[in-house]
Amino acid sequence: MQWETVIGLEVHVQLATRSKIFSGASTAFGAEPNTQACAVDLGLPGVLPVLNEQAVAMAVQFGLAIHADIPEVSVFDRKNYFYPDLPKGYQTSQMYHPIVGAGEVEITLDDNTTKCIRIHHAHLEEDAGKSLHEDFHGMTGIDLNRAGTPLLEIVSEPDMRNAKEAAAYLKAIHSIVTYLGISDGNMAEGSMRCDVNVSVRPKGQEAFGTRAEIKNVNSFRFVERAIAFEVERQIELIEDGGKVVQETRLFDPERDETRSMRTKEEANDYRYFPCPDLLPVVLDQAYLEHLRSQLPELPADKRARFQTELGLSAYDASVLSASREMAEFFEEVHRVCGDAKQAANWVQGELAGALNRESLSIQNSPISAQQLGGLIGRVLDDTINGKAAKQVFQALWNGQGSSADEVIEAKGLKQVTDTGAIEAMIDQVIAESPAQVAQYRDSEPEKRGKMIGYFVGQVMKASRGTANPQQVNGVLKAKLDALL
Amino acid sequence: MHDKTVTQLAAALKSGEFSSRELTSHFLQRIEQADGNLNSFITVTAEQALKQAEAADQLRAAGNAGTLTGIPLALKDIFCTQGVKTSCGSKMLDNFIAPYNATVVEKLSAAGTISLGKTNMDEFAMGSSNENSYFGAVKNPWDLSAVPGGSSGGSAAAVAAGLVPAAMGTDTGGSIRQPAAFCGITGLKPTYGRVSRYGIIAYASSLDQAGPMARSAEDCAHLLNVIAGHDVRDSTSVARGVPDYTETLNAPLSGLKIGLPKEYFGDGLDPEVEKAVRDAVKVYESLGATVREVSLPHTHYAIPAYYVIAPAEASSNLSRYDGVRFGHRCDAPADLIDLYTRSRAEGFGEEVKRRILIGTHTLSEGFFDAYYTKAQKVRRLIRQDFLDAFEDVDVLMGPASPTPAFDLGAKKDPVSMYLQDIYTIAVNLAGIPGISVPAGFAAGRPVGLQILGTHFAEAQLLNVAHQFQQATDWHLKLPAFAEENA
Amino acid sequence: MALEDSHVRRAAHLARIAVSDDQASSFVDDLSRILDMVDQLQSIDTEGVIPLSHPLDATQRLRADEVTETNQRDNFQRCAPAVEEGLYLVPRVVE
Repeated sequence: MQWETVIGLEVHVQLATRSKIFSGASTAFGAEPNTQACAVDLGLPGVLPVLNEQAVAMAVQFGLAIHADIPEVSVFDRKNYFYPDLPKGYQTSQMYHPIVGAGEVEITLDDNTTKCIRIHHAHLEEDAGKSLHEDFHGMTGIDLNRAGTPLLEIVSEPDMRNAKEAAAYLKAIHSIVTYLGISDGNMAEGSMRCDVNVSVRPKGQEAFGTRAEIKNVNSFRFVERAIAFEVERQIELIEDGGKVVQETRLFDPERDETRSMRTKEEANDYRYFPCPDLLPVVLDQAYLEHLRSQLPELPADKRARFQTELGLSAYDASVLSASREMAEFFEEVHRVCGDAKQAANWVQGELAGALNRESLSIQNSPISAQQLGGLIGRVLDDTINGKAAKQVFQALWNGQGSSADEVIEAKGLKQVTDTGAIEAMIDQVIAESPAQVAQYRDSEPEKRGKMIGYFVGQVMKASRGTANPQQVNGVLKAKLDALL
Repeated sequence: MHDKTVTQLAAALKSGEFSSRELTSHFLQRIEQADGNLNSFITVTAEQALKQAEAADQLRAAGNAGTLTGIPLALKDIFCTQGVKTSCGSKMLDNFIAPYNATVVEKLSAAGTISLGKTNMDEFAMGSSNENSYFGAVKNPWDLSAVPGGSSGGSAAAVAAGLVPAAMGTDTGGSIRQPAAFCGITGLKPTYGRVSRYGIIAYASSLDQAGPMARSAEDCAHLLNVIAGHDVRDSTSVARGVPDYTETLNAPLSGLKIGLPKEYFGDGLDPEVEKAVRDAVKVYESLGATVREVSLPHTHYAIPAYYVIAPAEASSNLSRYDGVRFGHRCDAPADLIDLYTRSRAEGFGEEVKRRILIGTHTLSEGFFDAYYTKAQKVRRLIRQDFLDAFEDVDVLMGPASPTPAFDLGAKKDPVSMYLQDIYTIAVNLAGIPGISVPAGFAAGRPVGLQILGTHFAEAQLLNVAHQFQQATDWHLKLPAFAEENA
Repeated sequence: MALEDSHVRRAAHLARIAVSDDQASSFVDDLSRILDMVDQLQSIDTEGVIPLSHPLDATQRLRADEVTETNQRDNFQRCAPAVEEGLYLVPRVVE
């Protein structure tokens, strides 16, 4: 039987606010345990929440970026359950009236085609603390520093049909939130976490199969692996006459498998009801317009513009717009050198190769966009030739000199374009190569083109690589032909 | 000194008749002598009070005293007080030394008042008789076999017995007004949002409101001046100017339109209580007010709606007591579920458990709409009843409670206890202010006249109550206990 | 809506309160009477009435995104039943 996979994602994005969603405690990562858990975060008796305006603004910006409905009124609800990392015994979340309504996200697939994934809604909520399972005499330690960090939970429709689409979707979300600057998107530190809903159905069937929810899949790679395993598990199960049960499963990256979380408890009943300590959040049109006017250009728009305005290929446009840092670097290189195609080639070629070799991200590139743009400019205005350009790049990468001009000057790499000087070098090479000249003269005219390479090489050598190769070529041909 | 109002004591402190230290010592001594019989305090902070009193005297000597500087007060044990046990009447918090101050506590302290200690209360403010306290029942100083009312029973009894000139209470369904009525003192529940809830241990967040309990409306006005106002730490506190509530106390009442809700004078109302209330209304007529009957048609649905909404909120608010970060923790928990279930089973009393279970049940899947959503809709109808009535009249009057204080142990069945709050509970659902003022006696026990106003009409309520107290002296009567036992 | 023993046990489980068999049956009695009283609500026509969550028609005020709280761990953990190395301790949590 042919199977079709159906995937929906719930992505939790930690918003990059300074303080927590309902308290004035810091959200900085990595502090000593419980030093950033204030009275409100600890749920001490009598404390009350007050909503952080920046968390609201960031959620709305995301909504605007995905062209979502932003309802005028949103409401916080309490999700009630007991867990040691949940201090109040309830999580303040938005069940019935989320801050961001339905929207859509465009993803780019490997073949450069795009697909729209519908967003069901996105809502604000507070993060929980962390349980530390190192051995405290057989006890678990609870650190509540993370409790109360603002989260935006982005819930997709079940629109993805394979693991690659899911990974592309996660990348698209990552790219939107980092473009917007509403999250650092650091998956290793848990700034972005993902739950995956997976089901399978016979191809052609309309009804969804029973889904399993895979919790805490926290890297782009894991998303693909977890889905691959889960799809195979479900298909095997059904083909062996079994049934998929609706359950929560955990992905174990070490064993590369998903496994059922203990379900001795009966299904949870979260008893959602409107949080009486918080009032309805009302957003007026002027506020939305204000935020809209401050939105940066988003990845999909940038990608389109790179193609239409800058004439880049779909592939180049997609690679260069993938992250805000990459796009900003490229655009700066382009601004300085003035040639989009050259800028794209250098950023994706020489620079990407060098970054890759040293496992550096573009933010940590030793060569700046200004330097690279300056270097390309010198190629474009014929100050240096391509060979010298690579030397300049290496020098700048190694920190030898602050600009291309400085390196060109110091290393004497300026291209020789003085016709007199080039003619003198050519005359000398011709004079010193009587055998080759004779061979050239005796050759069939159509083979002479190949033979000219020898003379060009000699002239370039004599100029220590600085002569303009095209110029050398032209003058040589004229002089040799004059000898015929 | 103990028979004086806060207003009188403030004047005496100002004129130098006695110092705050002398005044504070006097009340501490009375607590020491009499509270063994009354059980109105859970914690007395004598040492700290005397220090504060000395500081207040120094402030006065330096010419920096405010109206209430040096006045001793007591706080219901529901207000978080830094460094002082804050038990909320529960075993769960018997060991809880609050690490911070409630906003109300901060404001009272900034005004120079002195805290003598923390008063007894029904556990987590759930009760109408103060019999639900882990620290034992409080007795009514008018008759030690009677309850003082609840849940702010300790505050009411302490003020009535002259152990403290005034105290702070909280009112979720009548918890200031009913004990004030039972103990013959004046108690004001302000409009929801008028006083910050920050640092007040939550029972039902959309209903809880703190307010003053004292001998007179004038005292309540002084205290409300201090505690009212917006608090950035409480999203539900209202950003609205606070008038000087003492300024309008003497406004004449001629032309005042009083409404008597007919539902507040029906079956179940004790005839003597009714007579006292109707006599009080006559006093108002003599002061130039006009009286008419009005209707609050959904009155009888207030208790059913309340017993869905309040327990629902409470079931969630009380989830934080899990034995992890503060409060009672059972011995040697076998595992996590054992830690939770045993700590909570041991830490909470019966009534608290009942309300948590009711709230959990009514919020759970399959019941939520029939109970919670329905109750919230009825809540709107109840509020609308009041808003409609206030289109026609300025204030509403009626009894604070259908009977005077009942005997300790008289109400064993929870529902019969709940029905006691028939005249007070709708006020919290609607969020409007209400005040109870002494208006006579029934079977030798005090009767409270309840006066209700529309949202933010505290100044008017205090004015109306004060004018009654200028015309009568019910509020000045002291129980024999106050003289015999201290 | 009649209340059954299973409802009370489920509520006690959700609310994490240990309840003995005797207690459960007494809770069934008490809670049944309370719910009978509550059931009077069903007799009111509330068609078209919007539920009221807050007594005032106010809206949420927003707080500036500023760090206003400092580390008070020692102060806050003084009232904690079990802490070690700044962590709150609970019986082992199995994931």
